[in-house]
Amino acid sequence: MDITFQQVVFWVLAVIISVFSVMTVVSSRILRSATYLIFVLFGTAGLYFLLNYSFLGAVQLMIYAGGIVVLYVFSILLTSSESRKPDKLLKKKMFAALVASLAGLGLCLFVTLKHTFLPSRFQEGELPVKEIGHALLGMDKYQFLLPFEAISILLLACIIGGILIARKR
Amino acid sequence: MFDFRIVTSWIHQMLTSYMSEGWALLIECVAIGIGILLMYAFLAIVLIYMERKICAFFQCRLGPNRVGPFGSIQVFADVFKMLIKEIITIKHVDKFLFALAPYMVIIASILAFSCLPIAKGLEVLDFNIGVFFLMAVSSIGVLGILMAGWSSNNKFSLIGAMRSGAQIISYELSVGLSILTIVVLTGTLQFSEIVEAQADGWFLFKGHIPAFIAFVVFLIAGNAETNRGPFDLPEAESELTAGYHTEYSGMHFGFFYVAEFLNMFTVAGVAASVFLGGWMPLHIPGLDAFNAIMDYIPSIIWFFGKTFFVVFLLMWIKWTFPRLRIDQLLTLEWKYLLPINLANLLLMVLIVVFGLHF
Repeated sequence: MDITFQQVVFWVLAVIISVFSVMTVVSSRILRSATYLIFVLFGTAGLYFLLNYSFLGAVQLMIYAGGIVVLYVFSILLTSSESRKPDKLLKKKMFAALVASLAGLGLCLFVTLKHTFLPSRFQEGELPVKEIGHALLGMDKYQFLLPFEAISILLLACIIGGILIARKR
Repeated sequence: MFDFRIVTSWIHQMLTSYMSEGWALLIECVAIGIGILLMYAFLAIVLIYMERKICAFFQCRLGPNRVGPFGSIQVFADVFKMLIKEIITIKHVDKFLFALAPYMVIIASILAFSCLPIAKGLEVLDFNIGVFFLMAVSSIGVLGILMAGWSSNNKFSLIGAMRSGAQIISYELSVGLSILTIVVLTGTLQFSEIVEAQADGWFLFKGHIPAFIAFVVFLIAGNAETNRGPFDLPEAESELTAGYHTEYSGMHFGFFYVAEFLNMFTVAGVAASVFLGGWMPLHIPGLDAFNAIMDYIPSIIWFFGKTFFVVFLLMWIKWTFPRLRIDQLLTLEWKYLLPINLANLLLMVLIVVFGLHF
């Protein structure tokens, strides 16, 4: 047997991710789209767990599946109603969307096929949490305190902006 | 103290002597999955029986007492009734989401349940980010609740689901921060190491004041996270019939019901593991003979004893306090628990920095 269990799991996850990605954009009911998006995010988290990077997998589950999609679902529940049918697709719009998606596909394929990947340096075992923490909050080279703080300020600005819009009199 | 790693490694060696490593792992995974599901179902039955008896006790009734000795077979009978009931399909609902919602809730609940260290050497999911993983998977359950409320095509269900979503998202912060207080004290996120670090005293005693505050806040927030107790307004029967699971019947309703009980068990198990030492016996530094005697009690009994004690506390709260209004609920979280928690975290950091803990 020359295929390992890791490969089997990888292919299962890959099929799940690609099928549900397509279904997310194809479905006409918006809450179903959100549900399919959750499955895509679960599959991505599964890939991280397969790579033994459980921290990123848990972050994916926590932030995306448990946080952002919940916000999506909330806003869908608050704004949309069942009776509203999606608008009819115009010929011109369809053409533009087709061109845009083909161009995107071409760009992605170009980058992936042209890029020379570095040989994988796979370490057995889990990444220690201490290392991740020091990398996130350190100030040396390859450490990320500045982006971390910049994103915090961005989020704070978003919160203040949200409150400002909501409390407008 | 008996270490369950002896048993698990013996099984692993026996399997690898017959087949390759990969197949052995596959068989072990399936066996562990079946084991978890069986334990999940059995604990659900025990918890439901316990809830009914304790509820009866608080209301000066007898509770179930006809089927079997002390009514102990009653819940089994109820489970079989639930299993053979028809699952009604409702008109004008989104069938796919309607059927998916209970499974989302129960999968999140089972994943969170399997993170608990049950006995010495008997942990199923033991990542080095264990606590964080548990928080992450338990946050998926709210999606199932929102989906159930929306796809039921029923105003009461939708209101119940929205309340539940607002409640769970708010109280998740307090749960996370109160566990973080103890993580600051231990310096690890792994459940087995957290329990191991309590060999010379449980964190409730080692971390004294901030640990006690964190424990109380965790119990309140955990109770709210599971939609139980005084915080059960998503399914407030006097105003919303049954909230988000009004339209569900048969085992689909059963899934919501069981998941609620097992979420409570998980909250109690985390409280027991993080604050009360999990499977670690009561050790008092200096009293070696006493510690040796305590070691003779198996670790599994310690874990379940502590967890059921916390479950009893949660049920006591549930059957004592009246239900909160939604604005009171959100005020409690955002204006009281969260500031207390943040100040408490700072206090714990100061105590750890200056070495004032035991």
